[in-house]
Amino acid sequence: MTTKRLSVDYLARVEGEGALDLEIEGDRVAAARLRIFEPPRLFEALLRGRGYVETPDIVARICGICPIAYQMSAAHALEDAFGIRVEGQLRALRRLIYCGEWIESHALHVVMLHAPDFLGYPDAMRMAADHRDIVRQGLEVKKVGNEVLRVLGGREIHPVNVRVGGFYRLPTRRELAGLADRLERAHELAVGLVRLVATLPFPDVERDYELVALRHPDEYPFNEGRLVSSRGIDIDIADFDTTFAERQVPHSTALHSHVRERGAYLVGPLARYGLNFDRLPAEVQALAREAGLGPRCLNPYRSIVVRALEVVFACQEALRIIAAYEPPEAAAVEVVPRAGEGIGCTEAPRGICWHRYETAADGTIRTARIVPPTSQNQPSIEADIAAVAGSVLDQPDEVIRDRCARSIRNHDPCISCSAHALRLRVRRR
Amino acid sequence: MAEPTRPRLAVWKFASCDGCQLSLLDCEDELLAVDEALDIAYFPEASSAMVEGPYTLSLVEGSITTAHDVARIREVRAQSRHLVTIGACATAGGIQALRNFADVDDFVAAVYASPDYIATLATSTPISAHVAVDFELQGCPINKVQLLEVLSAFLAGRRPAIAAHSVCIECKRRGNVCVMVQGTPCLGPVTHAGCGALCPAYRRGCYGCYGPMETPRTAALAREWQALGVAPREIRHAFRSFNAGAEAFREESEAHDDQAT
Repeated sequence: MTTKRLSVDYLARVEGEGALDLEIEGDRVAAARLRIFEPPRLFEALLRGRGYVETPDIVARICGICPIAYQMSAAHALEDAFGIRVEGQLRALRRLIYCGEWIESHALHVVMLHAPDFLGYPDAMRMAADHRDIVRQGLEVKKVGNEVLRVLGGREIHPVNVRVGGFYRLPTRRELAGLADRLERAHELAVGLVRLVATLPFPDVERDYELVALRHPDEYPFNEGRLVSSRGIDIDIADFDTTFAERQVPHSTALHSHVRERGAYLVGPLARYGLNFDRLPAEVQALAREAGLGPRCLNPYRSIVVRALEVVFACQEALRIIAAYEPPEAAAVEVVPRAGEGIGCTEAPRGICWHRYETAADGTIRTARIVPPTSQNQPSIEADIAAVAGSVLDQPDEVIRDRCARSIRNHDPCISCSAHALRLRVRRR
Repeated sequence: MAEPTRPRLAVWKFASCDGCQLSLLDCEDELLAVDEALDIAYFPEASSAMVEGPYTLSLVEGSITTAHDVARIREVRAQSRHLVTIGACATAGGIQALRNFADVDDFVAAVYASPDYIATLATSTPISAHVAVDFELQGCPINKVQLLEVLSAFLAGRRPAIAAHSVCIECKRRGNVCVMVQGTPCLGPVTHAGCGALCPAYRRGCYGCYGPMETPRTAALAREWQALGVAPREIRHAFRSFNAGAEAFREESEAHDDQAT
């Protein structure tokens, strides 16, 4: 029997360091491993003994692309531990800053990291030589997302304005009005992006994912909801451990997650969209249908369309929040720390980001646990790679490598997050 | 086009959050111009075209935390005419340098069920602890305008014009009311400028993410904090965060250890 190993030693256009190993025995894929060698940074350990006030600033540093996701999940978890609720306009402002992060992160992936795969370029810079308008429009949308982060958070990367209880400083009506003009323009451009990416050549693939996302009674989810799945999970976020389990595997510094009873699951835009289509505004639903999507999309390549749709939604939602903005009396609710345990789960651009903290009486962190989106997706990504590789085994290694790397990029993995770089090695036997 | 004469840029990642290299992609208005002025030869986060060295300028993000990376940074240095570190991880070891003050085995065991699979060093160290560095751009994250200045300077063969004064100067320029005089502890007086005095503008004290300024008077500031009623533990934590490994901040944090007098 012939054995062959193929590898991609450093995956490009993903955030972080990982590789891919493929083992082929004869005419079947024996193993597909997303090998994450991102050096662990040990956040759960370094948080022990730190104060609750500095925790949102520290966890932001897990990821430069989605710092708000970490700040939000941490703030909610600590508020849960202290028995605090943040409601009204402060809650709306949290959704608003999260809109900025979705816009910035999704626009980055759609135009700069994912679109080059469909149009046959190594990167957006070279793609711009032939498709300058797409790249310019994508960058402009991304820039508006970053402006939302800058006005509400002070800066795009590691914003300084999020705290347990709310914010340090409230935006003025005038600052938000300035954003509204920019968001109108971004919305228009994003609608154009949806129509454009819908015409890309998509492989005809459907994967049998168990989708997992938050679900809220009335809203498309950002900060709150129950954890639901396409196979019947419907639990409080506090019961995560009863249904899901994390497992360490030798080839990854990111822990793998599974549904205890079944196995792999998928979080992120496809899951959010598929479980919350009915929570999208009618215009966004209509745009989805126009772009050829049903209420659920299981083709990972078409996630580029879903991300673009979520950008349209985030622009609309941001505009709705700004139109209804009345500055509240205080920038934050009063925080009185206490000994306790708290759980927070919010929708990062790449899917649910779950945090649990135990606190001492003065709010000092006793233990921390953080489950990022990409680590949860690793088993599903590996299953995708095995399937796609199996379908092109008769092709040259370069084709196999390329198709596998594309399968990984479909999920916008953030490896820096998950390990708190990708190589593809294929082994034929 | 003068393709072969364009300087070749490489962007490298070690232990980090990707935020500083993202700053380059966040130059939405300038990115295409940068791409015209420079040959972006190696930038895996943005491109699958990875051109082999040598490179004219390497930007290095992240700190050194594994034996493998100790060897890799030497290779990067060997292939680079100029090497510039970007951000607190590459310049001071980053937040992950908190392990330097603890038992790393204990840290790994707190996160992983099978610590044996994890190959990591006991310390997180800056790039300058391993190879010669031509310029260090501070910040967690770096300021993208300063990053463009660094690129321009190296293109023009001059030193980057990056002010080494404190955040206080930026605060005055911005017209902020000093938060210290209102009773809020602030690291601004000892912290390197570059952020634009963001935290005081957002009504909170600076938390030192740009690291120490040139010749910081950390002990004098710590005394001011004590006068405001800040406990030794809080002072220790303030100096021991994103730039914990920077010498001036490390020394001041150690002066407020529980066993210190």
